[in-house]
Amino acid sequence: MRKKYSIFSLIKNAFSNNENWQKMWESPEPKKGYDVIIVGGGGHGLGTAYYLAKEHGFKNIAVIEKGWLGGGNTGRNTTIIRSNYLWNESAHLYDHSVKLWENLSEELNFNMMFSQRGVMNLAHNEHDIKEMKRRISANRLNGLDTQWIDTKQIKELVPIMNTENLRYPVLGAAFQPRGGVARHDAVAWGYALRSNEMGVDIIQNCEVKDIKTDNHKVEGVNTSKGFIKANKVAVVASGHTSVLAQTAGVRLPLQSRPLQALVSEPIKPVINTVVMSNAVHAYVSQSDKGELVIGAGTDGYNSFTQRGGYDVIEETVRAIVELYPIFGKMKMLRQWGGIVDICPDASPIISKCEVKGLYFNCGWGTGGFKATPGSANVFAHTVANDEPHKINAAFNLERFSNGRLIDEHGAAAVAH
Amino acid sequence: MILINCPYCGEREQSEFTNGGEAHVIRPKDPDILNDKDWGQYVFYRSNPKGIFYERWVHTHGCRKWFNVVRDTSTDTILKIYKLTDNKPDISEFQSTLKSPSGEPIVGSGNFAVKK
Repeated sequence: MRKKYSIFSLIKNAFSNNENWQKMWESPEPKKGYDVIIVGGGGHGLGTAYYLAKEHGFKNIAVIEKGWLGGGNTGRNTTIIRSNYLWNESAHLYDHSVKLWENLSEELNFNMMFSQRGVMNLAHNEHDIKEMKRRISANRLNGLDTQWIDTKQIKELVPIMNTENLRYPVLGAAFQPRGGVARHDAVAWGYALRSNEMGVDIIQNCEVKDIKTDNHKVEGVNTSKGFIKANKVAVVASGHTSVLAQTAGVRLPLQSRPLQALVSEPIKPVINTVVMSNAVHAYVSQSDKGELVIGAGTDGYNSFTQRGGYDVIEETVRAIVELYPIFGKMKMLRQWGGIVDICPDASPIISKCEVKGLYFNCGWGTGGFKATPGSANVFAHTVANDEPHKINAAFNLERFSNGRLIDEHGAAAVAH
Repeated sequence: MILINCPYCGEREQSEFTNGGEAHVIRPKDPDILNDKDWGQYVFYRSNPKGIFYERWVHTHGCRKWFNVVRDTSTDTILKIYKLTDNKPDISEFQSTLKSPSGEPIVGSGNFAVKK
């Protein structure tokens, strides 16, 4: 039965102390085999299951997750959404995603808390200005709404920002009004709920130990709940994707590193847009609860520890305090790390590989959240048809031998 | 933050060092016979194991010398530090703490979602 959420269901359940909400999805034991097994129950994986069931008519799908749904990088990012990437391929991919975000709450009947509050990328020197204006021009040719704003306009949007009295003065910014933030859990839960309704099995607390192949064809996966047969296996395991690929004999050009974020104590609204700065490496937004959500850079070495070093957040907090002196006395409540899989060109891989029936959606590095619906949508197409969608055709594995890289280090915003 | 025992200066904080990626990657001996795929492997592909990893570090804010480190990437424990002129230690010298390739170690992981 389709679970409808509305203001009336909220009121009704409020009267019974919110104790009678239905379970959102079932947690079945795995079947012997599936048409498609998706490894990784984050936003990208659950979204892939949703679009496979909805747009491509697959009935027999399982999503297998090591921990809990959305407990990996879906729950560890800073929820920023934008599409102001330089190259045509990336602009098309990320804007496909932003367009899906815009209707996602309605499509899934689940509130994504998607708030298009705008995303600002600060310029601190002459070179930043030139690079950003180039990117704005490229964006506008691709139909994106990025625009250049000067210091006066920045001050109007973010009055608390210190633009002059700092080591790297703020000289202007690239601003994308359609960018913003969304609720990270909601996207995982929304996709899980609706794909489960279409018959997708969601199996949590089940670790995929290795991918079994025979004669360059995928056979299934060995899990902590035994062997599960599959015609197709789609791996969407972020930092662990290359580790799993290795078990199928596939080498991926990925390096896994911790990426940290932190949130402050909640305060009254002070900043109603997302501000990012590549040069001093600080980005900040304010959640609906009032916490400042701050993103740091990646640690400088490969690691799977999901923690990260304090020197990295120290550097970020230093820049934040210089940009926003009023945050100087705030207390930070929580800090965490997620393991991101970084590609040599800072662009993702959404591709099939030399093993038949094995697909990868990985390499999102430090910026995968924004792409969740778009990535899931084109990946489902790739898995269903064994051919990429025209939007993700360029994000193949062959680019690392034919040299057609999509270098987005400049637009990736996080230093790595 | 991890501490790294520089073979020339002694134990210092990791922020003094810069990581140089995987160690023991050898430039192809005969580049002329390489096809695009092989070149791609050499240029872009590096090992990324969860567990025992051979890597290079340089003491950027110290002696500025390069050296090799064997580290468990699932716990960040440094297992061995050796000079560039030393032989590559055999992997059998080290014990992995993981039960499966993408499992979590008992100590040293911040992933409380799956730690048992």
